[in-house]
Amino acid sequence: MTSLAAQMPGLGDHRGLRGTYRLFAAGNNADISAHVQAFGPLPASGIEGDFIDVLESAGLTGRGGAAFASWRKIAAAGAAARSRAIMATKPVVIANGAEGEPLSFKDKTLLAHAPHVVIDGLLCAARAVAGGQMFMYVSAPSIPAVKRALAERTDARNIKIVAASETFISGEASAVVNSIANGKALPLERRRRLSDSGFKGRPTLVFNVETLAHMALIARFGAAWFRCVGTERDPGTRLLSISGPISGQILEVAGDVSLEDVLTQSGIDVSTVGALLVGGYHGRWVRRLDYRLAPTGTESHTVRPGAGVVHVLLHSQCGLEATAQIVSYLATQSAKQCGPCMFGLPAMARVMNAIAYGDRDPRLLLELVRLSDVVTGRGACHHPDGTAELVRSALDQFSEDVDAHLSGTCLKTKGRRS
Amino acid sequence: MREVLHIDWTRCDGRGLCTELLPTLLGRDDWGYPLAMQAAGGDPSNVVIDFQHSEAAADAVKLCPKMALALAYEADQADETW
Ligand code: SF4
Ligand code: SF4
Repeated sequence: MTSLAAQMPGLGDHRGLRGTYRLFAAGNNADISAHVQAFGPLPASGIEGDFIDVLESAGLTGRGGAAFASWRKIAAAGAAARSRAIMATKPVVIANGAEGEPLSFKDKTLLAHAPHVVIDGLLCAARAVAGGQMFMYVSAPSIPAVKRALAERTDARNIKIVAASETFISGEASAVVNSIANGKALPLERRRRLSDSGFKGRPTLVFNVETLAHMALIARFGAAWFRCVGTERDPGTRLLSISGPISGQILEVAGDVSLEDVLTQSGIDVSTVGALLVGGYHGRWVRRLDYRLAPTGTESHTVRPGAGVVHVLLHSQCGLEATAQIVSYLATQSAKQCGPCMFGLPAMARVMNAIAYGDRDPRLLLELVRLSDVVTGRGACHHPDGTAELVRSALDQFSEDVDAHLSGTCLKTKGRRS
Repeated sequence: MREVLHIDWTRCDGRGLCTELLPTLLGRDDWGYPLAMQAAGGDPSNVVIDFQHSEAAADAVKLCPKMALALAYEADQADETW
């Protein structure tokens, strides 16, 4: 491994690339010249097969939710492509910018202001697997900026833009592949990995756009540079979409940051915060602020960032009402392909709403726990599992509220219960 | 390697023929969909099939009107969703 200084020749020349301020260092609405001025050109070589090793030492994980090790995905797709006996099948690489999660807007922001970083990353990933077709699957509002960016460069002619649908589930990896191949943004029943057999049966890589953006910078500045922010188990930076009582904002934070730090950096008065929803609608409610935000670690000290969502609930707001609204929404977003999800989620929503809005039947709590267990793991995608996780965390974190509701009061909205 | 009966939830319509053929391995949930009594690796889409039920499981695969069932060996199952 070369030294850190040797890995970053002239990094000081690139304005802004210090601390955790990385992905947006080229400024707002960065065109190709602002991009190249800030980051330098994408290296012409050195991003072939051995880029996988660089990614492995960088320790980059997916930023779209599941946090898989990026190098493992690339290695699996490469191996699958090599193992095809006749007619080498070139892997397909997809940049996933479908941000169906209502509380997430970091990917749209990234595509609007730093599209070239994402495009660079897509080119890197494709080069690393000797890939063929490349797609950018982005929601309609992102298309103009991406189109403009693609038109500004000569190395991106093989990239095709596909419009993502605006459903919660549209960004699920197999739904992305299904949408591009068949125009249906529904998850696929899969018994093989996409990296093995995805788009038209070819080895397929689906990467979140932020993951690709990190790749683009790792390709330039190296693994050690990436790791000089964050911690051993969660190196580098990640984007967060912060929402709640304040208007939404995007933060780029160090890996393994504490929730308290996140709030302070967002300018939120910690004393007003009752709870945080972390990870998104498939995430987890937490009330303590000393949790660290990292994809691995014990449940009692870490909370997974998921798609990078931190949503603030004030002391004055009722967590059960908030959860009921989310579960109602999630029930409408079942792709209605799988029975337990199609029927189970609306059933969960009914019970959750009953608890939140004044029904005092003491059996409701056990019924909700039972339904959460019934739906878990029984769908083609993780939609039921994520919904059940959210509900379990609400029952756990807001247990005093549940008791109060079931005895006819609310700790938050004070006595307006029946 | 254990034999595993995989349920494709996108196809299954919950009419419950399989639960009749394999009453000790499959229950029914609130809506009639098969519910694994013993899930392979904790995954309720994969039902552990012991030797004495191997034939009944093969029948279920053949007779499922939606072709929602498949037999496999545990090691063949994709462990991650990417
Ligand atoms: S589990 Fe639900 S959301 Fe996922 S594919 Fe099945 S029906 Fe659709
Ligand atoms: S027989 Fe097939 S369609 Fe019927 S419940 Fe069983 S798996 Fe579902």
